[in-house]
Amino acid sequence: MHFDAFDRYHETNSFVHRLDPRIKVAVTVAFILSNALLPDGAWIAFGLSWMLLLFANIFSNLGIAFTLKRSFVALPFALVAITVLFSIPGNPLASFHFLLWDLTISDTGFLRFVSILIRSWLSVQMAILLVATARFPDIIHALGHLRVPSILTTIIAFLYRYLFVLGDEVFRLMRAREARSAAAGRRSGRSVVWRANVAGHMAGQLFLRSYERSDRVYNAMLARGYAGHLETINPHELRRRDYITAALALLAILFLQLAGRL
Amino acid sequence: MQYSPAPLHIPDGFLSLVVSIICWVISAITLSAAIARSNKSLGERQIPLMGVMAAFIFAAQMINFPVAGGTSGHLLGGALAAITLGPWAGMLVMTAVIVVQALLFQDGGLLVMGANILNMGLVTAAIGYGLYRAAAAGNRTLKLTVAGIAAWLSVMAAALFTSLQLWLSGTSQLQIVIPAMLGVHALIGLGEALITVAALTLILQTRPDLLGENSASAKGSRGWVVAGVLISLAVVLLSPLASADPDGLERVAEDLGFLGKGFSAPYQLIPDYTLPFLGQSNLSTVLAGLIGLIVVGAVIVLLGQGLRAKS
Repeated sequence: MHFDAFDRYHETNSFVHRLDPRIKVAVTVAFILSNALLPDGAWIAFGLSWMLLLFANIFSNLGIAFTLKRSFVALPFALVAITVLFSIPGNPLASFHFLLWDLTISDTGFLRFVSILIRSWLSVQMAILLVATARFPDIIHALGHLRVPSILTTIIAFLYRYLFVLGDEVFRLMRAREARSAAAGRRSGRSVVWRANVAGHMAGQLFLRSYERSDRVYNAMLARGYAGHLETINPHELRRRDYITAALALLAILFLQLAGRL
Repeated sequence: MQYSPAPLHIPDGFLSLVVSIICWVISAITLSAAIARSNKSLGERQIPLMGVMAAFIFAAQMINFPVAGGTSGHLLGGALAAITLGPWAGMLVMTAVIVVQALLFQDGGLLVMGANILNMGLVTAAIGYGLYRAAAAGNRTLKLTVAGIAAWLSVMAAALFTSLQLWLSGTSQLQIVIPAMLGVHALIGLGEALITVAALTLILQTRPDLLGENSASAKGSRGWVVAGVLISLAVVLLSPLASADPDGLERVAEDLGFLGKGFSAPYQLIPDYTLPFLGQSNLSTVLAGLIGLIVVGAVIVLLGQGLRAKS
């Protein structure tokens, strides 16, 4: 497996790609916060937020519909919000009989349901754009600059660094299992409990291999001059362009907050 | 790259701002305690260990096993991480996993990450470690049994916390979300318990020193036992209370007033309307919860013995 097999970074040269990762993280969080603050049914503000997102897409040189394509990952979770359709009083829109229950969809319930979906859909797209335009190690470094404790950023950096190594390890374990017994997807091996037990032994085996690997990793790092924190060769300095972009983005978010409240 | 998301990661937009911020505050306070403790007790030697172990939890979640009808189960890992690495390290490791899942895979939101860390990282570690530590003096069978119960309960606790947050945010209805979430996760939790017990069995057989008296696993103080037992009790008592709604969906009409109120005043966290839950059937539902726990415990013990007898 390649070392960045998990990264969602898209290599291009664009305005957004060249921005400092700190600015990108801050604007993404501000945008998601703004979505959470918008009241239910603020259609104009939701529309303006989407416009902002489309502009961000265009300035990233990835194509205007780039984030749209991958934006449905959070959709299954919408199931938990479905009850809101029926639970808020208001003018009934539709009424139907389902199994044992008489269900009535109210206009306020519908409004709230759609608003929740739109908020989630907009937020997830901005997060997708963030990882598509900033390399993951740069994001971790930005988190460090934004006062996330170094022990946490270091653990995250290691997690990212060794994920593909252990991912390979998992594939070896799974290939061995498929060759011998409980292959995933079809009925093979013995009972479910037995299969779960096999999976548990694989997890235990992976634990031991990871534990022993961490020893070798530490020794190798000491040999290369590790002194308790990770270094980067990317400069990470805020230039005028970064400040202006951040200010403009925050102004735009402020404006759509106003638009949502009028 | 295959990656199967767990059904507990809340995306952005599904929690209200107030609930998100409260969860962030709780998580931040707990994590700063974890960081302070870890900085004091761990050498720089431990940092790569925790990093690789975070990758281990992430990778272990990829190991799935076929259940039925094309679905498969896999590990969440909170209890396993806390039992093998100690409670504070387990929490930090789980937090790192949740951060990467949210940032890299958009599995879980950013603004609601505090809630996801609380549900899947902190509560699971506290329950997993606290209960396991309570049985630390016992023999191997007892330890493994308790670890299995702790793993099952940690998944149930995460599901319960997620449901409560969704309810407080006005996203879901309590009467539906709690039985649905707890019902699904009662099964997912069985898989978690089986995998955790099997993994610990293997570790105890091959590297008993990693879980012995001088390991990181044994360093947590007795306070964890109290914390773990208290949270477990809260989960065991609260789940049946919240889900045993006498009149089911017919009572929705009564609750509509409360739900409407919840939206206009989301900061009203404990409305008077929840008190009816503590009605006459109080004792019976609590007993039902305890009986359920004993049944699950017995099932896990029997399964464990059956597996050992075979091997």
